[in-house]
Amino acid sequence: MITRIANVVALSPTIKRIALEAAEGAALPTAAAGAHILLHIPGPSRVWKNAYSLVSPPDERSKYEIIVRRVEHSRGGSAWLHDHAEIGAKIEIGLPANLFPISQVAQKHLLLSAGIGITPFLAYFPVLQAGAKNFEWHHCCKLADAPAFSALLPRRREITLHTGRNTLNLDSLLGRQKLNTHLYICGPAEFMDVAVAAAQKLGWPGEKIHTESFGGATGGAPFTVKLARSNLTINVGPEESLLEALENAGLNPPCLCRGGACGECELPVLEGIPEHHDHFLPEQKRVQNTAIMACVSRAKTTLVLDF
Amino acid sequence: MNLIIKPAETFRGDFSMRNSDAAILRFPFPFPEDNYMYAVNMEPHVRGGPTAAYDAVFDLDEHYLGDMQDRALVLIDDPLRCQVLPHMMDAQWDTLELLMESLAQDFSNHFSLTKNGDNWRWVNRPMKIDDTFTFGRADTLPYPPFEYITRQVQGDFTIQDQRDDNLFMDGGMVTSQADWSLNFDLGMAFHEWHGPVPVAHEIGVFDRALKYLLRLQYGKPVRRLNWTLTVNPRLDTSPENYPLWGPDKATVTAQNVGAKMCLRVELQTLTRLPRSNAILFGIRGYLIRLEELVRVKKWGARLHRAIRDLHPEIAEYKGMPRYRQMIVEYLAPFDDGAVLNAGTAPEQSSL
Repeated sequence: MITRIANVVALSPTIKRIALEAAEGAALPTAAAGAHILLHIPGPSRVWKNAYSLVSPPDERSKYEIIVRRVEHSRGGSAWLHDHAEIGAKIEIGLPANLFPISQVAQKHLLLSAGIGITPFLAYFPVLQAGAKNFEWHHCCKLADAPAFSALLPRRREITLHTGRNTLNLDSLLGRQKLNTHLYICGPAEFMDVAVAAAQKLGWPGEKIHTESFGGATGGAPFTVKLARSNLTINVGPEESLLEALENAGLNPPCLCRGGACGECELPVLEGIPEHHDHFLPEQKRVQNTAIMACVSRAKTTLVLDF
Repeated sequence: MNLIIKPAETFRGDFSMRNSDAAILRFPFPFPEDNYMYAVNMEPHVRGGPTAAYDAVFDLDEHYLGDMQDRALVLIDDPLRCQVLPHMMDAQWDTLELLMESLAQDFSNHFSLTKNGDNWRWVNRPMKIDDTFTFGRADTLPYPPFEYITRQVQGDFTIQDQRDDNLFMDGGMVTSQADWSLNFDLGMAFHEWHGPVPVAHEIGVFDRALKYLLRLQYGKPVRRLNWTLTVNPRLDTSPENYPLWGPDKATVTAQNVGAKMCLRVELQTLTRLPRSNAILFGIRGYLIRLEELVRVKKWGARLHRAIRDLHPEIAEYKGMPRYRQMIVEYLAPFDDGAVLNAGTAPEQSSL
């Protein structure tokens, strides 16, 4: 879907808020609290696909808004957006996907965020507020970033901004919640690990702990497959699946669900060790390395396929 | 899309429902091969397929008014055919938005949706409905939002909440089902409501299907076909009403099997809903009498082979033993044994 950059606002020297609208002026698909979009960012040598949480409310269909932090050692996408994103420029995005939805059965929602991890909860807030939901939100940031985050956080007694390491007592906070509270965590990996470990130590059940993740990517380390029947060698790049690489080479392997479940795209492996990501292959084939599902699985070595 | 709607026919009593030639040719025939076995036969629900039944996101056909009239009659007798658990209110509005936008886009000569912020006007010309309401406020509609819109769209619908790495059937409008009960299944998890299905559990179909559906993406709906046989074109073959339709099975004879026996096909669609992250499961049912179906040469021969060679446990589950042999004998003359092309397209443009 092609969008146009409708607005760019600097919230701090390293944080920008970017609004995107449909290039044809039509309504965008209804999004969801917790959803993210993939931006196809045109780099000098290749297109970066970066995931950003939507911060605009789900019912906002005239524009999608994201907040982008300039990351020191980024792959380049966030730096490009900071340096080159201008109002009026066109940019391709994927449809919103939600791997971090609000629970429909929780009686209380406890939100923990740190740094740029604030973003999905900016979309949670209007939904929780409109539904008169019981919630509590703690956001942590460095002292230097406090003005920027303080401006983003609504002024509510349920919401607390923590700017020092010691002002948030996780054990106390997690320990005093009632049984049907759901916990949502978003922030740097270290922050999420600490918070999840604290909850688990206190006996929180796994299904009530939700963490933001941008899974579902088909990419990974590049690898090579040799096709025994057609005598072709195919290189599978970091941004494509084996199935896509075969299709890009003009081949037409069978496929149906493209999600590792239906079994259609199973290909026999003659040599090499696959890295299985599917839900289809029985354990025996998995450990014997005799088959691979081309749509989602990759390889630890060069593979020879009976195809 | 050009949709011609017939005056309401009946799916009970005198069973006046008939398929026109056009309706026969657009039937979603379910057997791509001569042999039938359960599989995770899901594919992306994109526009276009072997027949015109795949052209719209939510397909309507010439039986629209009769279908909706039959649904209203079922709900008068048994209001529990439409139930939604309280935590599914977001999914109710998601469903209403999706169905209204789809119908207004695909059948714009019959439906229109006008929005002014949260103030929406919905016009359904075939059913003579013209309502203005506030999106998000259930008290501005004559029924709760899910019931309101599913009283106006062909096919049964359930809504599944996703939590704890599972799907739960936490709501539905089910008035034209092949012998299962929403009132019994409401609140069940994925493997629980599929409990009665034979064979498929053992070959792992449901484990794989659940994992696949948990990752169903917004904007990328999927579909599959399911099928069974029904005596007379009766939409409401529910367990609750078994006394009304069960005895029909004893009325099938070698003389009337072609007219009475119907192939019932469900074009099932699964769509991720945005606000609720729930999944909308559409079960769009189509009925065709055997004597109508055999007018498509390929389908008559293919159905003969599929029924003749069906796994006995599946035949039992689909309620077939009493009349399976009669069907095979009725269809046999339409099968010359020639090799048939794979796929379900009718391969003829007129009857």
